[in-house]
Amino acid sequence: MSAAQFVLDVLSLGGAYALMALGLVIVYGILRLVNFAYGELIMVGGYTMFLVSGSGLPWLVMAGCGVIMAIVAGIATDYLAFRPVREKSVTAVLITSFAFSTLLQNAALLFISPRPRAVPLPELFSRTVEFAGVITPARNLITIAVAVIMLGLFSWLMRSTALGIAMRAAATNFRMARMMGIPANLIISAAFAISGLLAGTVAILWIGRIGTVVPGIGLEPLLIAFIATVIGGMRSLSGAVVGGFLLALIDTTLNYTLPQDLLKFRDAFTFSLVILILLWRPEGIVRGPASGQRT
Amino acid sequence: MMATRNWWTFLLLGGVIVLVALVAELVGDRLLVRITTNLCISMVLVIGLQIFMGNSGILSFAHVGFMGVGAYTSAVLTIPLQMKGMALPNLYPILAGVQVSPFVGIALGGLAAALVAALAVYPLMRLSDAAAVITSFALFVVLHTIMYHWSAVTNGPRTLFGIPKGTTLPLAAAVAIVAVLVALLFKESRVGRLLRASRDDEIAAASLGAHIPRLRWQAFVVSALLAGIGGALWGHFITSFSPKQLWLKETFVILAMLVIGGPRTVTGAVVGVLVVTASFESLRSLEGAINRAQILSEPLVGMTELTLAVAMIAVLALRPGGICPSREVGYYLFRGRARDP
Repeated sequence: MSAAQFVLDVLSLGGAYALMALGLVIVYGILRLVNFAYGELIMVGGYTMFLVSGSGLPWLVMAGCGVIMAIVAGIATDYLAFRPVREKSVTAVLITSFAFSTLLQNAALLFISPRPRAVPLPELFSRTVEFAGVITPARNLITIAVAVIMLGLFSWLMRSTALGIAMRAAATNFRMARMMGIPANLIISAAFAISGLLAGTVAILWIGRIGTVVPGIGLEPLLIAFIATVIGGMRSLSGAVVGGFLLALIDTTLNYTLPQDLLKFRDAFTFSLVILILLWRPEGIVRGPASGQRT
Repeated sequence: MMATRNWWTFLLLGGVIVLVALVAELVGDRLLVRITTNLCISMVLVIGLQIFMGNSGILSFAHVGFMGVGAYTSAVLTIPLQMKGMALPNLYPILAGVQVSPFVGIALGGLAAALVAALAVYPLMRLSDAAAVITSFALFVVLHTIMYHWSAVTNGPRTLFGIPKGTTLPLAAAVAIVAVLVALLFKESRVGRLLRASRDDEIAAASLGAHIPRLRWQAFVVSALLAGIGGALWGHFITSFSPKQLWLKETFVILAMLVIGGPRTVTGAVVGVLVVTASFESLRSLEGAINRAQILSEPLVGMTELTLAVAMIAVLALRPGGICPSREVGYYLFRGRARDP
């Protein structure tokens, strides 16, 4: 294995991880809600692509449908699971998001099937190409490219548009932002919609690796996003990106170096790391805006 | 010591458990006895979760993890010697020669879970709100990963079989009654009262000298003890299980029972288990009937959990405290009379 191969692996995995983490942290940053239903947005994207696969539409349109449905599901999370209990305790919100995740998963079980369903993928996804002297699956390069585009788009949105600035203000101090006339419901819905957009994009990239969608597909991305955001910083958007790439670096390194019988326990190691970080450096690597109170 | 109205609560809740168990035993229908035994086991687990969640106000996802610790500890210690070679071929020699009765196994299962909790969670108790929930979730993933891959002791992702049948309905009901008593005693103890003060106002309680992490830790250990006992009871009831049966779906059901019933009261925990079990079992039999009749081309799955998820969101939106939000059932008997000292 060459250094170029390693770098390429880390970058493509890290790109996907960063997008996953960003989708989770955009909601957490503003609302302090750990959205357990986030993984199911990815599932919704995957199933939508499966459902439209027989339509004969061009692939890009089908992928667009998947992303749009993920956005719709994200906004539905806001309306069905979050808004009714927003005024109540943090615990209540966490439980409803967990319940909503179960709801979506079981809806997929009930109305589609417990068995894996094939998702349409363009031929390009299964091709391998030679890049910088390394033979690599083309989807890895696609992942890197999409991640770069999405991250660029996202940082433009957050820095230069009124919506992005309002969202960042709300993340820093929600009450103060409301007093300045920022409409709370709009900001929250927008955060869930962006979360859905990222989840939909991740769905295409992630399912592109496997080729099928099952009701439980959201769990792994959710766990990855969890770890990445905690490592990078729960309150900071750039922290989520840093965390995603760092986690990819850790994972890839462990994959290459850890002996097989310890590799099985990789999740135990990474989640112990999560606990340790939350105990000793709860703000993560990149410190977010000061919240005025410690949690 | 508990006030009179709390003894009344204990008598009423215990009475309900005895009544349900007696009816099941007298009817004698095997399915009904199974369901009722399961109900009593769930009650032990849910009351265990109530002890921590109700008093501290912190959501814990790790409960089913400790249930697993109890289940596996008891299983490893009680599988008959002649079965052990088959069920766990790679078991450490020191454990391979051990065989205790299921009763001892269940007790040790509870103690093992409490010990793991006591050693692992103290630092976690400093965290509140979202950070506490994420760490408990992370702890759950760690416990699950270990159960899933520690083949020598748990048979890895495969089913562990050969666990002797030890859980009967009277045993499960008796443990559930003891769990109710433990939860009520804990709630009225100094630790329980201080902890609830910290739940309602962390800063005020701390300023009165409450050592919040230690209080939470004590509650968590008691809660894990009951989780371990419940898990061991469950293991000796179904006699073969795999780590896949100790994962998010089970967490969801237990959490739903507590949330729907009312996490702040022991009465809520008991009522939640009864209500959810009743609706769960009727939905499941409906699902089974539809599948047997083959109305649909594919078997129907997930309807039960789907309904439960909707019910849970509805309860949190409309009645956030659950069915029994703040008062134990004994209180209503004494309403209007002179208050207990």
